[in-house]
Amino acid sequence: MTSLFIQAFIYLCAAVIMVPLAKRLGLGSVLGYLIAGVIIGPVAGFVGQEATTIQHFAEFGVVMMLFLVGLELEPSALWQMRNRLLGLGGLQLLLTTAVIFSIAILLGQSWTVALAIGLIFSLSSTAIVLQTFNEKGLSKTEGGRSAFSVLLFQDIAVIPMLALLPLLALPELQAVAASLVSTAEQHQELSLVANLPAWAAAIAVLASVAGLVVAGRFLSRPLFRYVAKAGLPEVFTATALMLVIGIAALMSLVGLSPALGTFLAGVVLANSEFRHELQANIEPFKGLLLGLFFITVGAGINFTILNDNLAVIVGLTLGLMLLKALVLVVLAMIFKIRASDRWLFFLSLAQAGEFGLVLLSYTVSQHILPQAMAQMLSIVVALSMFLTPTLFILFDKVILPRYRQKDATREADKVDEKGKAIIAGIGRFGQVVNRLLIANGVPTVVLDYQVSQIDRMRAINVKSFYGDASRAELLHTAGLDDASLLVVAIDDTVRSVEIVKHVKHTYSHVQVLARAYDRGHLFELKEAGADYVISETYNSALALAGEALKRTGMHAFRVEQLKHEFTTAEQQHFDKLFHSWRHEDDGVGFGDHYLSLFMQIEEELITTMQRDRLDNHVDAERRWTPPPKEQTKDF
Amino acid sequence: MAVINSVLILFAHPSAHRSEANKLLFDASRNVDRVTFVDLYQEYPTYNINIEREQQRLRDHNVIVFMFPLYWYSTPSILKEWQDLVLEHGFAYGKNGKELHGKHFICAITAGGPMNAYHGDGYNHFTMRELLQPLEQVAAVTGMKYLPPFALFGARAAKDEGRMSDHVHSWKKLLIHLTQNRIDPEHLTNAITINGYVDALEVTPV
Repeated sequence: MTSLFIQAFIYLCAAVIMVPLAKRLGLGSVLGYLIAGVIIGPVAGFVGQEATTIQHFAEFGVVMMLFLVGLELEPSALWQMRNRLLGLGGLQLLLTTAVIFSIAILLGQSWTVALAIGLIFSLSSTAIVLQTFNEKGLSKTEGGRSAFSVLLFQDIAVIPMLALLPLLALPELQAVAASLVSTAEQHQELSLVANLPAWAAAIAVLASVAGLVVAGRFLSRPLFRYVAKAGLPEVFTATALMLVIGIAALMSLVGLSPALGTFLAGVVLANSEFRHELQANIEPFKGLLLGLFFITVGAGINFTILNDNLAVIVGLTLGLMLLKALVLVVLAMIFKIRASDRWLFFLSLAQAGEFGLVLLSYTVSQHILPQAMAQMLSIVVALSMFLTPTLFILFDKVILPRYRQKDATREADKVDEKGKAIIAGIGRFGQVVNRLLIANGVPTVVLDYQVSQIDRMRAINVKSFYGDASRAELLHTAGLDDASLLVVAIDDTVRSVEIVKHVKHTYSHVQVLARAYDRGHLFELKEAGADYVISETYNSALALAGEALKRTGMHAFRVEQLKHEFTTAEQQHFDKLFHSWRHEDDGVGFGDHYLSLFMQIEEELITTMQRDRLDNHVDAERRWTPPPKEQTKDF
Repeated sequence: MAVINSVLILFAHPSAHRSEANKLLFDASRNVDRVTFVDLYQEYPTYNINIEREQQRLRDHNVIVFMFPLYWYSTPSILKEWQDLVLEHGFAYGKNGKELHGKHFICAITAGGPMNAYHGDGYNHFTMRELLQPLEQVAAVTGMKYLPPFALFGARAAKDEGRMSDHVHSWKKLLIHLTQNRIDPEHLTNAITINGYVDALEVTPV
């Protein structure tokens, strides 16, 4: 137990120190984790052999990431990208494998070894690339999307690869292994399908996938609602984790890739009202595990082998990246990916990836590659991953500025797209806000933490999501980073103030419009930094008061003027009252001073509006004042 | 002639989002040196015009421009409201109302009808200058020097017919001449519009 704590502390400590440092230096978090790994592993020697064990555990981060990727992708979006997925992804895999295969043959490898190496090296690093895209906001660019479809195809292709690779086993390695089997019983993975005939296994696989889709569609909603009604956030977290781990387990049992399974589950749940809450819950785990994964990649670099074969390994790595980049450039030309997007596309995918590492350890266990070669290739893979963040830096600092300059000479496009608005709370108040925004083409994301309210909204086709908007992660996953407006219309006064504080502190670009329950709440929201605050009852009360005046016989237009006058006076007094409320000594906002000030202002208001009738210099009466009766004498 | 003028443009377009011609004039008038641009409908969407603020603006400038599309041979309603409220007795007229004396006043108009419609024989029966006589008289009573309107006729088709860039160009030229106080109303007492005069001006005033 003690050693476990120490290990965990070392890992966390390295990450805590290195990652912010790397980020500050503009290297990105991935390189930070990798460097942290190198420091605690090969350099300082704090951690050693267990790095590989942890790596298997940390690969689960990739699984979670694909779940989140799936959540972002609605089935229709996935269908739309089918051409790019098969075309770009398929061709990339095929061409890269073919080229590497030929080179390996030329270098004197047998065809089975050559093919295995080709397949392993054709894969790129989903973990690094997607993480970096997210960090740098490149996911939505043309280059980012194209790279994503290639990565997705690769992740899916890993599954048939795992199935096909055993056919490439080398007889001589198998013989060695056979002699060892008698002494050491090989570790057998749990499997449902291992001992089934092929047709039964196929049925089991199909049934699992079908079950996943059906359960995701029909069972997840009642489950989430049952959990959400309990109102315990940690149980929701447990549910989310249970879901992802359960799917991963099921997929492993039937011999499919857990990553693919969770990705599919993500796509199925992408339409769910619980999507943002799920994202918010899984996100921190994914981040930590992925970080851990990168650390283990860094820690796993075997410096003795690297030192002994430095020239060969560096040459192989650079050659590999160049080659992959060339294939990608060709594809980019065929698929008409242009300008900075083309650069992003081939720079981001030139590395080998974590699935390559997985396949490498698999090929060793399946006697396809000799151990020594696999070790060397692992270093090549790790090194290429290590170099990737530098390529992103190159893209950021050199490529992008060049294209920006080009763009700058062109006249700026008209910005028609309106920023997205997030509406927290879809009760009676939020609904009106949402309707007006939606009706005028402003995209909104609606959040509420009452399941029944969400149901009612969904029943009338208002797209809304379950979630507690006072949780920072949920606002993040709901897309506050890209939003320009946040409307806070939740009933809970304490929470709404918290939201305003948090958002104004973290997202300075977002304008916060808040509804206040009463005057005290109004002041608190203002104090918390809200850009616009309105008391929920003010306008309706004013309208009713105006109606009352009309019914006493006052002319309707005069009533409008007086209402305007009243509002203007209120606004002027607001500052005074707010100031008094802020500086109340006894800590109670509405102390004696505030109350006496309020009384005084109220009296002023009455005398002002009374005086109106007699005095020309008050604004309401000043309007449309006729000239003096003797005025014509002036001309 | 060395006097440097500051120009106040009061822009009134009740459906600016559908505008073609005024949109371009609008864009050409913002961020020009010594020109203050006020979008009245943007600032007073509920017509609650702030009289003090508007009067101060008038005091701060010496060229006043009404920029608007012609609605029923007159300004859009908010500009009428603006006149009713801001041009008070004792400020703009009357014995002590001399705040506008000596300033220049001009309208920049877009009109749907073609030029030949604004003529005694045309279907609008009056020239543009005749139709705008109420404003000319406002200028007279308030002591402002009236300049004939800068007008775009057939405005609905102007963009499609490629007439806008010339018009915007003349508008910019006129604005510069206004800020440099290089326009002499004496030459324009009989002109129906100021457009011909602007076209004859040198291209880049020093």
